[in-house]
Amino acid sequence: MLSALIGGAMIGLSASLCLLLFGRIAGISGIMGALVRREGDRSFTASFVAGLLVTGVILALLRPELFEASVLRSPVALVIAGLLAGFGARLGGGCTSGHGVCGISRLSVRSIAGTLTFMVTGAITVFVVQHLLGGSL
Amino acid sequence: MIRPLLGFAAGALFAAGLAISGMTQPSKVIGFLDLFGDWDPALALVMGGAVGVHLLSYRLIMRRSSPLLSTHFDLPVLKALDGRLLAGTAVFGIGWGLAGYCPGPALVSLGSGRTAPLLVAAGMIAGVALFEAIAKGAFGRRPLPSLD
Repeated sequence: MLSALIGGAMIGLSASLCLLLFGRIAGISGIMGALVRREGDRSFTASFVAGLLVTGVILALLRPELFEASVLRSPVALVIAGLLAGFGARLGGGCTSGHGVCGISRLSVRSIAGTLTFMVTGAITVFVVQHLLGGSL
Repeated sequence: MIRPLLGFAAGALFAAGLAISGMTQPSKVIGFLDLFGDWDPALALVMGGAVGVHLLSYRLIMRRSSPLLSTHFDLPVLKALDGRLLAGTAVFGIGWGLAGYCPGPALVSLGSGRTAPLLVAAGMIAGVALFEAIAKGAFGRRPLPSLD
């Protein structure tokens, strides 16, 4: 539980740095959108994503157990999950970082509503897959 | 040079936070969303820790007239609780609940070499690209006003 709080605080600190330094929110789906469109502040977006990727490589070497992925999903299910998450985040204007962390911190009613919405559909999806479909897809 | 270096550092900190908090393990995400099963509250603590820190610093930072390395703040301006918000976040939630990955953890987990985040991330990039194409007016649709 302590690691959850500490990790969360680090995420919040990173978001605050993005705001203080670059004046932008740390919304990963928005950053992905800007990179795909080849627009926006590339010295922020590209370097931020580089930081995500490189740190992932280093941490995976040092602490592989942090990336344990035991959930049973077929390749098709994983790609579809990504398609839905990527498209939906762009349509809805954010994801767990954009709406959940940054939007709620800004007391944005829009983000609070958005976060509640994806929490509800996320929970329904898990219920269906884990309890109605046997836990693998 | 300083901007990309600090951007990289911010991304590194974000990634470390995600990994340390357990959010790069889909079983923990799905465990949180599994309200009727073996509920794992960890994600709530992650959000709590993140919002706890960021909510306070947001208020302090926004007293400034501008950021340190950019000329102006560039924050989301939309306020309406409209169909796009509800449909988009609903669909996002389905994808998130299905695989247990959201964009940040998917990208960070690519370094582990595992197939799951690779496939999810590929789908995400395709999904983002599809949205951007539609928003720009592809497939004969009216271009959407930019959200950003």
